[in-house]
Amino acid sequence: MIRAVIVMNTQGKPRLLKFYEFQPPEKQQELTRSVFAVLSGRPDNVSNFVEADAIFGPGTRLVYKHLATLYFVFVFDSCENELAMLDLIQVLVETLDRCFKNVCELDIVFNFNKMHTILDEIIFGGQVLETSSERVLKAVEEISRLEKSSSSVSFVPKSVSGRFGR
Amino acid sequence: MEQLKTIGRELAMGSQGGGWTGQSKEFLDLVKSIGEARSKAEEDRIILREIESLRRRIAEPDVPRRRMKEYIIRLVYAEMLGHDASFGYIHAVKMTHDDSLSLKRTGYLAVTLFLSDDHDLIILIVNTIQKDLRSDNYLIVCAALTAACKLINEETIPAVLPQVVDLLAHPKEAVRKKAVMALHRFYQRSPASVSHLISNFRKRLCDNDPGVMGATLCPLFDLITADVNSYKDLVISFVSILKQVAERRLPKAYDYHQMAAPFIQIKLLKILALLGSGDKQASGHIYHVLGDIFRKCESSSNIGNAVLYECICCVSSIYPNAKLLDAAAESTSKFLKSESHNLKYMGIDALGRLIKINPDVAEEHQLAVIDCLEDPDDTLKRKTFELLYKMTKSTNVEVIVDRMIDYMISINDNHYKTEIASRCVELAEQFAPSNQWFIQTMNKVFEHAGDLVNVRVAHNLMRLIAEGFGEDDEGADSQLRSSAVNSYLRILGEPKLPSLFLQVICWVLGEYGTADGKYSASYIIGKLCDVTEAHLCNDTVKAYAISAIMKICAFEIAAGRKVEMLPECQSLIDELSASHSTDLQQRAYELQALLCIHSQAVESVIPLDASCEDIEVDRNLSFLDSFVQQSIEKGARPYIPESERSGMFSVSNYTSQHQHETSSHTLRFEAYELPKPSPTPAAPQISVSTRTTDLVPVPETTYYTENNQASKLQPVLDASSADHGIKLHLVGVQKKWGRPTYSASSSTTSSSEKKTNGVTHLDGVSLQSQGTLYDSKGQQSEVSAEKQKLAASLFGASAGKTEKKPTSTQRAPKANTATAERPGVARAVSPEISKQKAASSPPPDLLDLGEPISTTTPTIDPFEQLEGLIGPTPGPSTLDNSVTTSEQKAPDLMALYTDTPPSSSSSISSGLGDLHSADKNSPMAKNVPSIKKGPNPQDSLQKDATARHVGVTPTGNNPNLFRDLLG
Repeated sequence: MIRAVIVMNTQGKPRLLKFYEFQPPEKQQELTRSVFAVLSGRPDNVSNFVEADAIFGPGTRLVYKHLATLYFVFVFDSCENELAMLDLIQVLVETLDRCFKNVCELDIVFNFNKMHTILDEIIFGGQVLETSSERVLKAVEEISRLEKSSSSVSFVPKSVSGRFGR
Repeated sequence: MEQLKTIGRELAMGSQGGGWTGQSKEFLDLVKSIGEARSKAEEDRIILREIESLRRRIAEPDVPRRRMKEYIIRLVYAEMLGHDASFGYIHAVKMTHDDSLSLKRTGYLAVTLFLSDDHDLIILIVNTIQKDLRSDNYLIVCAALTAACKLINEETIPAVLPQVVDLLAHPKEAVRKKAVMALHRFYQRSPASVSHLISNFRKRLCDNDPGVMGATLCPLFDLITADVNSYKDLVISFVSILKQVAERRLPKAYDYHQMAAPFIQIKLLKILALLGSGDKQASGHIYHVLGDIFRKCESSSNIGNAVLYECICCVSSIYPNAKLLDAAAESTSKFLKSESHNLKYMGIDALGRLIKINPDVAEEHQLAVIDCLEDPDDTLKRKTFELLYKMTKSTNVEVIVDRMIDYMISINDNHYKTEIASRCVELAEQFAPSNQWFIQTMNKVFEHAGDLVNVRVAHNLMRLIAEGFGEDDEGADSQLRSSAVNSYLRILGEPKLPSLFLQVICWVLGEYGTADGKYSASYIIGKLCDVTEAHLCNDTVKAYAISAIMKICAFEIAAGRKVEMLPECQSLIDELSASHSTDLQQRAYELQALLCIHSQAVESVIPLDASCEDIEVDRNLSFLDSFVQQSIEKGARPYIPESERSGMFSVSNYTSQHQHETSSHTLRFEAYELPKPSPTPAAPQISVSTRTTDLVPVPETTYYTENNQASKLQPVLDASSADHGIKLHLVGVQKKWGRPTYSASSSTTSSSEKKTNGVTHLDGVSLQSQGTLYDSKGQQSEVSAEKQKLAASLFGASAGKTEKKPTSTQRAPKANTATAERPGVARAVSPEISKQKAASSPPPDLLDLGEPISTTTPTIDPFEQLEGLIGPTPGPSTLDNSVTTSEQKAPDLMALYTDTPPSSSSSISSGLGDLHSADKNSPMAKNVPSIKKGPNPQDSLQKDATARHVGVTPTGNNPNLFRDLLG
């Protein structure tokens, strides 16, 4: 299964962290830092795979892709195929690109919640859910359409805490 | 700087209402200021300020909901950057209760990122998830399923399980797909809680939608990994699905980069690899479709190669088929010849799988492998070392281990250093060609990996030096010892040595430093004193050193020579007798006392070379029996073992009570019943109680059995691994990895092995001459000649084509001896393991197989409906086949299962025959004395004492480590 998806920039600043097995925030930072340390030490034109058992435990590997100012990293265990994971990163990036039209780091910074939505359509509970960027995009658009229509219906601000306290 | 500029520019665009409509100016400002921060400290300050303001504002009454959403997103952002946002968790939880889809989704997103599955707030979300799972809006259902996947834990699974199961029949395929995966997640969390639903996965395999079918493969893969035999009936269905996918009968929408549903293909191939492993009949069904995929698969795209690689894995896992193996070897060589590092990596991995079946495959690719070994890419290098590790033989062990050590020295990554060091040790122990080489190799490993090496390795080394290599040749043993002493004395000159290595050195010098008479006692003692001076801080090393000095003195005295006390030794004794460590003090005083007693007494206190003497440890303390008897006669009360002290009755009473309590105290997740107009007092009571028990469907007994089996498994595994680790096989040809191969094993004896050894040496010679031939021709540069040499030493065969034929035939019997020897070992272990496996599968699964649902599933072709959608197919005939065969097979499996459980359990208990397996309730157990209860403190204390007597210092916390040493 896929253990984590990490998107960070080339300075090691996290842009999206998603762990499919809960990790406390400090641990997340630590893992991100060690992943960055490994990736930043790798030259260009080498393979996209790294054995990650020092960071994520025995049997784990990670696949990464370096695009513009970002690293896209998928961490997974022995049940997945490295080349296939590389293509899954491709699916994610393609979808982002379609969604934001020429995606850049800033799109991801400002829309990381949308990015989560996209990722949730591709990976679900650590398993590959969908690999067609077209259909992912359709699902995401459907969500944002319905989100808009529902929020315009109930635009009246209401006290959430009051409702909860009942 | 460049990036900052773009931020400024884009922000300007953003403020004009560009791309980021959802976010407020404040959030943009925050991101901007973080982007401009010059140091981590500055960034932290900015975020802390932001968190403070959020903390204030979020608690204000009547925050508008849109505002609240933004606050939550900002909190998620802050936490992603590593700052604590726990004060906002409760607000995120509240947000999940909102009616608006957008807010609800934000709430769910935040809680899935914030909360662990055992967080206290989860209980507030469970109810919402329950409600949302029943929503009409499928997007809300999806959001709830996503959250359920992340947040529902073992305890709360029963609360949402019924709803999730209902969703398996949802009209929307997206929902069905996610429901299947949520169930899978539940299975991963707690297999027992969904064990009664496993048939649902089989059913969903026949879903109309290929996407849902694909999703079902994930849980099935896990289930099959856990228990292969219950799913053998599905082989034919899986094969037919794979066939249809490969023949592009799925809708075009499932294509990815011109491949038909590659992820489904990969998953299916993984499943088939499991099902076909070691099963000739199942493999027979798989061959055809594999051949098809090999032929059709495109190797130009990345994903095509992924499928090809998976095919290779499948071929190497199932019962071998010559044609498919050829195809796999061909694909592998394509990978290896590729320019892409990724493909080379996959190629090396695939090669590692193929050589398990046919070791000769590697020969063809020797140069490619060596290229990978010299590649700057670390990942590739490590993968190649893994391959080399798998193909190590006595003929190439020197080259491989030398390479490994060179690499080990060059890296800083401690984790990998440890791993590669332990591999070096393992290979050296197994294949060492000579004692000299072995000692040298171990020295190198210790010198460079030092304290990363497992302590056991050090003890093994000491043991080996003490006992020799199992040959009765006393001369060789003493030669080994003196060469070890020589090398250690040389190494002691190095400025910095790891403490573990120093311990070994001290011990060996103490035992054998003066044995061959080459070095005088005072010389060795002086060296040992130097050690303690150079390593002031380490008490363990000091203890080893002083014991060594004591032994040397004792040997001298026993031999009738006078020991003159060196001044540095005297000062060492003085220092240690005033040490803070009582252990060091004791040793120092013992040494002083020893120097004063008569030589005959000394000889019996510390006899020469006594480390190999077997010391009988009387675990039952039988020598105390007469004393006990006496005391009892005098009227003392007999000892009652701890287990029998509190009566059986009260214990069982307690557990039943405990169980009762837990069942009544668990949470209720179902809604309270509406008040009924005419309630009868008795009826609702019953319904409540039955329902609460429903909520806890996890039967306690299954836990117990699982635990027991786990603990039973441990000793067996330990024993086998220990067996493996300690022995040094000088025969060398035996491979320790891999499963028993299927190639026909010829019965060759060890004498023929030696012959082949000689032959391979000849190979080396012929090769060298060939290398010079190349040089004279001037076709090959010097570098490549070097590589060829390396290749030759690694693979033991020449690269030249003329030479190749004879060598390969000569090598053939060698390979066979390796395989012929293996099954013996494997067989000895495997029945036990397989029995364990059979026993450890939970009983419900076994029953499940026999259930009508499961046996009838194959009769519905998974793609029947699908085919109807896509177009007419020539299916029916094959379909019928599958039906009949699967029906025939089902009873067979049943019979198999009804047979195995009792026999396996009995064999386990008799085989292990220890206390673990004995049931507490059985009358037998009462007779078993408590002494047998594994390593008890007395045992280990005694061991400790004996160990000390032999002259080895325990490292402190775990005297049990010395089990190996004492035999």
